[in-house]
Amino acid sequence: MKYLLTLLLGLVSGAAMFAAAMIYNPFVADRGISPLAVTDSELITLSFSNVPSDAIVFTNDGDSQKKPFPEKVLQLWEAPIRQSSAMATVMRDARGQTAGVGVKFSSLSERTRLLRGEALVDSVWYIYLPERGSLFIEQFENHWTFFRDVGLPAYRSGAKNWKGNWIGDLTAGPEALGTAAVTGGTGSLQGLHMLGVESLSARAYSADNGPVSAEGRLLIELPAGSENVEIAAPDQ
Amino acid sequence: MAPVAGLGWLSLPGGTVLLKTFIIGILLGVAAAAAALYLYPVVDQHREASIVSVGPNGRNVESFHVNVPMDRVLVGAHGNNEPLPAGLNWPTDELLQDIRVELFKIRNARDTVVGVAARTAAKKGPEDVIDWVLHLPARGSVFVNMRPEALDGGYRKGELRAGSREFGQLGGVMTERWVPDTSGEEDAPAGRIELVTTFVGRLEAN
Repeated sequence: MKYLLTLLLGLVSGAAMFAAAMIYNPFVADRGISPLAVTDSELITLSFSNVPSDAIVFTNDGDSQKKPFPEKVLQLWEAPIRQSSAMATVMRDARGQTAGVGVKFSSLSERTRLLRGEALVDSVWYIYLPERGSLFIEQFENHWTFFRDVGLPAYRSGAKNWKGNWIGDLTAGPEALGTAAVTGGTGSLQGLHMLGVESLSARAYSADNGPVSAEGRLLIELPAGSENVEIAAPDQ
Repeated sequence: MAPVAGLGWLSLPGGTVLLKTFIIGILLGVAAAAAALYLYPVVDQHREASIVSVGPNGRNVESFHVNVPMDRVLVGAHGNNEPLPAGLNWPTDELLQDIRVELFKIRNARDTVVGVAARTAAKKGPEDVIDWVLHLPARGSVFVNMRPEALDGGYRKGELRAGSREFGQLGGVMTERWVPDTSGEEDAPAGRIELVTTFVGRLEAN
């Protein structure tokens, strides 16, 4: 009996050691500076609040950490869309002025590989900027470092929340250097093929309700020689 | 050898065997956790079988629809007296006053919900913009830019501008049409927005 108990104790210890090594794997690190932060090309900068209650509308299956907003919004409870969310929000320019409206659809990705530090989300943005035209952004995001640096500490804290300053890129592909594929739909952006990066700046997070204070940002690199739209130099 | 504090149990009969058992347990625990993570999918999206028919020119034709009003998630527009969902605060910025954004659940030909979609209509001077984005979680997304003028039969037609994953290498068109319900059934929808996609590989499309 004592051998069986010792073996079980070893099994549990081994699994715990594996989990710890996976979470704190030094080979899974932030990618550092955004590939678009050092570009010479012209950029469109758009920001938005990442807090569901700041959006025009946010919905998911209703059982997830982020709560649908407004409360009575239709929820995505059917099996094929249960692991997805939809958000419509106001997009602001680099000066904080309203620039347009954005719709984001996100779904957990079946390509997620936690062993490699990849907690992936497939997402697309549709953005309409009245003075410029429309954009479609296709990307997959890696939320692993956000989970490790923000989500996990929030779960482990007694108050179930986290406060600090976390800034990182979420976009991990599918284009070169981990950038998103951006296609112009209408207006002065029509026909343009561009690169983009979505980043997140979080200051407070609740293990029960998700982001409390967090702002997202989209950097879109215009192709060289394209007509200028609103230009904003990257501020970091 | 002097006994090590806390490891007194090693000096018990069979202590060395216990230590070996513990170490084997650790190794097995590490291996089992790694194998479980490798073999068991962390994310497994539910899939509905696609209902695709092949057109005479080899194009894949697929039909989706939105039952109105039950599949509407958002109807946002400036001055909308009946905003959806209840409690919606559509932004009052003047810049957004000519934009109408709608979010829907979309269904396949078997009337099963398979994804979500956004329809954005905007007016910029004389120019009308109507864009659709369909998002099918297990398959990918498409971005279609519609031509604003309606065709005979109440259709509106648009071109696939971009797609992701399964739709990434495709080109083609999509039509939209409002089909009012004529069944007269009590719980029937008021009608449906019918979307028919006709896609083909991009090389073949050119």
